[in-house]
Amino acid sequence: MTIQPVLELEELTLAAPSTEILVNSISFSLERGESLGLVGESGSGKSLTLRAILGLLPRGVEQTGGVVRSKVSSAMVFQDPRGALDPLCPVVKQLTEVVYYRQRTSLKAARRIALELLERLGLPASLKTKDRYPGQLSGGQCQRVVIALALACKPGILLCDEPTTALDVTVQRQIIDTITSLQQELGFAMVFVTHNLAIAANLCSRLVVMKQGRIIEQGETHSLLRHPAEAYTQMLMDSVLPLPELEGGGVSWK
Amino acid sequence: MEVALQVQDITVRYGGFTALDQIRLELARHTTLGLVGESGSGKSTLARVIAGLITPDEGQLLLGAEPLGKKRSKAQHKQIQMIFQNPDSSLNPRHTVRQILAEALLFHRIVERSQVERRSKELLSRVQLDAKSLDRYPHEFSGGQRQRIAIARALSVEPSLLIADEPTSALDVSVQRSVLELFHTLQAELNLTMLFISHDLGVIHAVSDTVAVMRQGQLVEVNSKDEFFVRPQHEYSRELLSAVPKMPQY
Amino acid sequence: MNTTQIDTTLPDLGKPASGLRRVLNTPSLLIGIIMFTILILLAIFIPYLSPYNPTEQNLSAFLQPPSAAHWLGTDQLGRDLFTRLIYAARTDLTIMVLAEIIPFCTGVMLGMISGYYGKWTDRIIALVTDTFIAFPFYLIVIIVAFASGAGERGIYITFILVGWIVFARVVRGLSASFRKQEWIASAQTLGLPGHRILLRHLLPNVLPQAVVVLMTDMIGLLVAIVTLGYLGIGIAPPTPDWGTMIADGQPFITTAWWLSAVPGFAVVYTGIALSLLGDGLADIWRRKG
Repeated sequence: MTIQPVLELEELTLAAPSTEILVNSISFSLERGESLGLVGESGSGKSLTLRAILGLLPRGVEQTGGVVRSKVSSAMVFQDPRGALDPLCPVVKQLTEVVYYRQRTSLKAARRIALELLERLGLPASLKTKDRYPGQLSGGQCQRVVIALALACKPGILLCDEPTTALDVTVQRQIIDTITSLQQELGFAMVFVTHNLAIAANLCSRLVVMKQGRIIEQGETHSLLRHPAEAYTQMLMDSVLPLPELEGGGVSWK
Repeated sequence: MEVALQVQDITVRYGGFTALDQIRLELARHTTLGLVGESGSGKSTLARVIAGLITPDEGQLLLGAEPLGKKRSKAQHKQIQMIFQNPDSSLNPRHTVRQILAEALLFHRIVERSQVERRSKELLSRVQLDAKSLDRYPHEFSGGQRQRIAIARALSVEPSLLIADEPTSALDVSVQRSVLELFHTLQAELNLTMLFISHDLGVIHAVSDTVAVMRQGQLVEVNSKDEFFVRPQHEYSRELLSAVPKMPQY
Repeated sequence: MNTTQIDTTLPDLGKPASGLRRVLNTPSLLIGIIMFTILILLAIFIPYLSPYNPTEQNLSAFLQPPSAAHWLGTDQLGRDLFTRLIYAARTDLTIMVLAEIIPFCTGVMLGMISGYYGKWTDRIIALVTDTFIAFPFYLIVIIVAFASGAGERGIYITFILVGWIVFARVVRGLSASFRKQEWIASAQTLGLPGHRILLRHLLPNVLPQAVVVLMTDMIGLLVAIVTLGYLGIGIAPPTPDWGTMIADGQPFITTAWWLSAVPGFAVVYTGIALSLLGDGLADIWRRKG
């Protein structure tokens, strides 16, 4: 017996009313606890696919074919953390509200859960006594709050849309480490959209390569990278510019 | 080695915030200095000080042996040109490519008026763009192509120092690659002296001879490329280098 | 580094849309142009179209209803209403255009200087605009009209004094946002002097928006001219003007309502034509990107 997938996309097609097809008949599935990397350049349709899974297509884009089957809820982490937070509401308050409505607890319990989540995401403990507005936090800290907001919905699937692209490289590293350890702890499945194949390769067990709205290649990460069938995949691999080995070694990935 | 530019104890403050703290740096002729740092480290501010867009509070710049004053002469302006990050806003939307190149060529009297067309076409072919591009407006080009036009404009006045401020950061990875290759070709053909700014260490590795690292307005390390990427001197450099995601090796 | 293919091909845009085609594709602009052109042609050729003199009285034929000889009838002094209406368009539209020229030029220039240079120039210009805005427009108009004597001169003086403010405000905002863009920085890096950056780089970018504002502003000015005429402190009789025509027709509103209604309609017609023009131009420039 095969394991029931938590998410299945079958022949999903998305189009703008000008009959322009943006995502063309794509299919893939995601198993419990699995992380899948959706890679490609801008215009490949990867972000739209993610929004279709979340059920939040931008205005003017419609699903014209195929199905998205999902047994569990999903939550999204966006590329621009500042844009994803209400600038006029302090972060603990924002998170408490989401916990309160999504987990249906008392306000007091919601605040406790919110503070626990923020602590687990490595935000400063000073938030307990003094709440802060998003503008008073760094980009990386904002992204941690956004991840906490997503996790407060207890999602079965975490959808990540280039969550580290707007961040500095050291912060990116920390955020990815955080996501990885949270995933091991909480066991959610993940779809991770990125144009950086190195991040996807380090984070995901399976890869889906998209180009101009179509899936051109998909498979288990290591076999796909060892024998890419498509020149486009090879190009994405080459676009990760090589660096020489650091003497004495850094903290290695994974 | 001949020094093209000396940055001497440059300090820039905005109110109480110190954006650049006594930066001291030398740039050797015909080499590329890669300047890395995270956002807010002051690397773009330094670029703008060198380009003459920001007047520093303290310190001075020497171009060759000549000090660059508060108000630069026309000839001094010509010597330092800059390429900016955002291809969507680095070209005047209401000027054609012909106007963009002609303005630079004529203002600095690089060629006679009758030669402008021929020279513009040469510049375009240098950045691998079709001569038909001349009568088009910036919005008719892709991001990578616009960046090539910006490069052509910067090169048109034959500067002795070219500053590139994150020229590939806003581009798609495949386009980023081709623009980097163009920089490679230009370095080899024109013997450029270049200050190349990026937050991407892979890009810095691909273009630089020397690497300088900035953090919070201070210069942390200056090192030759080969040394830097293998044996960085500063702990922060090591932290940056080990944070770069790498492809698994097979 | 192995070579990758380079994006040397230019995107195929098809045939670049010609100016005429763009106008045809913008209904609001097309209708605005047609409406305004009709008005202008009538105003230019009225001496050849009408056998009547706009100021010559004919007391034997006063207050006639519309007929084949007098398309819109005659007024209380027996003057042909249609002829007067179009001659009034000549007067009012000429003043409208002339009174906008200087304010438009100074407003755009001051707005660019204020937005581009910032600092003290910006503070002075902002202070002046804010001060003028604190006073109601019509209050200033009426004061100046009385001070300089009624008639065209008052309108010109008032507009030279306050008309530039609306352009300065719009252009200042635009210039301040353009100043942060990198194409301005690259012009500065090239060493171009400030006046050249203003005229060659900034001006073509702020002009479209300024022209759209000009269209709207002209409507306001036209209404002001007509209002002053109506109040008796604008164009002096017997020069035909829509405002005085409305006022003159008022006593006969129950017997010959068209005397006031027709010039009123002419004001509305011109207003619609101008706002369609403005809208259409804005549309085209927006689409051009």
